[in-house]
Amino acid sequence: MPDATGLELIAQELREAQGAGPRAASGSPVLDTDFFRGRASLRIEPEHVRSVLESLRGRGYAFMSSLHGVDYHPSEPRLGVQYELLDMARVDRITVKLRVPTSAPEVDSVTPAGEDGPGWPAAEFQEREVYDMFGVVFRGHPDLRRILMPEDYEGYPQRRDFPIGGEPILFTFNESEKEGSPR
Amino acid sequence: MSEANGQQLSDYRRREQSITLSPIEEQIGEGQDDTREEVLTLNFGPHHPATHGVLRLLVTLKGELVQEIKPIVGYVHTGIEKTAEDKSYWKVIPVIERMDYLAYHFNAYAYCGAVETLLEIEVPRRAQYLRVIHLELTRIMSHLVWLGTSALDLGAISMFWYCFREREKILDLFEYSTGARMHTRYLQIGGVVEDVPPGYATKLSGFLDEMPERLAQYGALLNNNEIFLQRLRGTCSLDASTLLSLGVTGPLLRAAGVPWDLRKAEPKCSYEDFSFKVPVGTVGDNYDRYAVRMAEMGESVKIIRQALDGLPEGPHITTDRKVALPPRHELATSMEALIHHFKLVTEGFRVPPGEVYFPVEGPRGEYGCFVRSDGSSKPVRVHMRDPSFVNLQAFTHMARGDYIADMIATLAMLDPILGGIDR
Amino acid sequence: MNDGSPGHIDPQGLRVTRQNASQLLRGHELEGRNPGADPEGTDLERFVEERVLTTTLDRAVAWARSNSFFPATFGLACCAIEMMSIVAARVDVARFGYEAFRASPRQADLLILSGRVSIKMAPIVRRIYDQMLEPKWAISMGACCSSMGVFNNYSLVPAEKFMPVDVHVPGCPPRPEALMHGVLKLRKMVQDDPDMGWRDRYDARGTEEVVQAGGRDAAENVPLDGAS
Repeated sequence: MPDATGLELIAQELREAQGAGPRAASGSPVLDTDFFRGRASLRIEPEHVRSVLESLRGRGYAFMSSLHGVDYHPSEPRLGVQYELLDMARVDRITVKLRVPTSAPEVDSVTPAGEDGPGWPAAEFQEREVYDMFGVVFRGHPDLRRILMPEDYEGYPQRRDFPIGGEPILFTFNESEKEGSPR
Repeated sequence: MSEANGQQLSDYRRREQSITLSPIEEQIGEGQDDTREEVLTLNFGPHHPATHGVLRLLVTLKGELVQEIKPIVGYVHTGIEKTAEDKSYWKVIPVIERMDYLAYHFNAYAYCGAVETLLEIEVPRRAQYLRVIHLELTRIMSHLVWLGTSALDLGAISMFWYCFREREKILDLFEYSTGARMHTRYLQIGGVVEDVPPGYATKLSGFLDEMPERLAQYGALLNNNEIFLQRLRGTCSLDASTLLSLGVTGPLLRAAGVPWDLRKAEPKCSYEDFSFKVPVGTVGDNYDRYAVRMAEMGESVKIIRQALDGLPEGPHITTDRKVALPPRHELATSMEALIHHFKLVTEGFRVPPGEVYFPVEGPRGEYGCFVRSDGSSKPVRVHMRDPSFVNLQAFTHMARGDYIADMIATLAMLDPILGGIDR
Repeated sequence: MNDGSPGHIDPQGLRVTRQNASQLLRGHELEGRNPGADPEGTDLERFVEERVLTTTLDRAVAWARSNSFFPATFGLACCAIEMMSIVAARVDVARFGYEAFRASPRQADLLILSGRVSIKMAPIVRRIYDQMLEPKWAISMGACCSSMGVFNNYSLVPAEKFMPVDVHVPGCPPRPEALMHGVLKLRKMVQDDPDMGWRDRYDARGTEEVVQAGGRDAAENVPLDGAS
């Protein structure tokens, strides 16, 4: 992992690369840095995700290990997307986190190649999964459809306010509640 | 006849009735300038003879050459991650184990490692060695099932019985130490659920003595087999940079020449104590993928041998009673132990808030478990980065431009486990 | 007498319950008939016909059917690995004659549902089951398809909800020996009564496809609207 100071240096460089000074409020991609249990993570603004990932790729983090979603309900903005990057040459990991509200759950997709870089094809299925489970729309994704649920399913199952569902467990006392039961 | 009903014959029925048994005048492809080539989309439905689970493939074919493959998954989606949010931390372990159902200890290890990182507890060395023994046995078992079913797909049907014979021996070992054959819930947060019974070392040692010879026998059957070579050598190779950009890890990546193995790169759970080699292929075709996995089985035997010989004394689970159940004999004498037991069994332990991603090297690649906790006794989010899910993205790149038969062989060598893909 | 006192179990009461359960399994609709009442007349004939093998030929056919199930390869999840174990050498299903696993549902007559059935897969399972030719049987292997299993959530469907199941084998996953026990139980059921009142149990009278005799090729499509 980059250690805590290394993480701060990375964050500073990312802020400066955007043209904003360190700790500037507007236009700065990096909102926060976090060094937790020996692991480094950056919290960024959602609209800068592609540029931040490309600059990290330039620093050596060229392998996308994982892309997953989190629901921070009830704390807003609610839907989080996290990108785990890995630098194989130096055996370094860094996490990039962003959060979008449910009212505007849109993030640029990092899958396709664009003029800013070759994209991350590893993200294709994983972004579809985040879309399917949380409802985060990835703009520019080549094929954004549901991947795990049936295509016409309504609802985003892994949001915290989605009910877990399932069948009621039947014992003798509530056996008659089951339809088709003889008693 | 149908016009009399007032209904129009459907297009299908019209074409059906136009079929006569007169000899076909014009053969396909022999027409004057009949250079149309039809692109056929074939559905390898979720139910198919290949024994790799309910994977649905939409394959676009030009003749027999594959143009494009679209995998459609989700037919075994069980909502495991959602179920895990509903259960206390130690009750999640049996649920998480059932994701990738051939590498159950790895699923449990990724999850337990993540929670142990959040809790900042230390796993005793004996527990680490026991974990390594079970993890490597699971790796061998997973590769044996892969070998048996892949050889079955390719036509070497007797391999199925040989591989499952060894697998039964490994499952006997699991039953001996944990009580169950599959989904053993052996790995717990803080260590393992109980120590190995007496006689386990002898039984395991006997298995390790005969395993290399068996592997040599399987190699003798398949390595220079003419049909195997023709089916696998030179087919569906993919270069390392494409694999890396697609996020592929595990034996697929190592077959292409990238010596990336998390057991060596980021050793956890005392893997650094063992000396073993990481088999790496050269070309990245199907034969290399097969050879890498065969060699990995041999290396796993070595690791288990070293772990067994060097098994240290000590507790098999952390002594922190706030996390691990106290031993039963203490319950009769110590009031504190009783209180801890009660608290753990009813509510479970609370984990300090935080998020952590814990990657481990499993038989198919990198299993990473992401756990987020908010301080309560149930996890808020558990996500498993499953290697089969990410490796499946490479399938279309691998099989493009090759024949269907090569595509089937590649699917076998890809080793997808649909439980992990769909979770 | 069941006097409600705890711990007192009336053996007669138990017997009635058990009889009801087995009648249920045999396809009795308890609404239509008095439990334990004797059917009469044509009812009796039909009852006897469905349940009691009167002829030696019937018994022989049932014996042959029960000893040669062709299971369909239908592995869904973890239970599929244990199902593969019964084909393997330790618990050898070929001892009983069931080693011919058929990939095509048209050629199979036993569907061993091994694994969790998700809502995406349920219509496909149903379609495969429909494509099988009668007589056909289904074993629900494992906890996930029998009930909801370990996972009680939005994405799973217990198999009983959409298709008739003859034997449920509990376990997660069931040991190969347990699955074998379930298969042998099915074998006994088939030897006694191959039809097992299937059509009554699932209210499927009238769904038979009848090929008209005389002058018509059985392979010709039968139009749904009855037009010749």
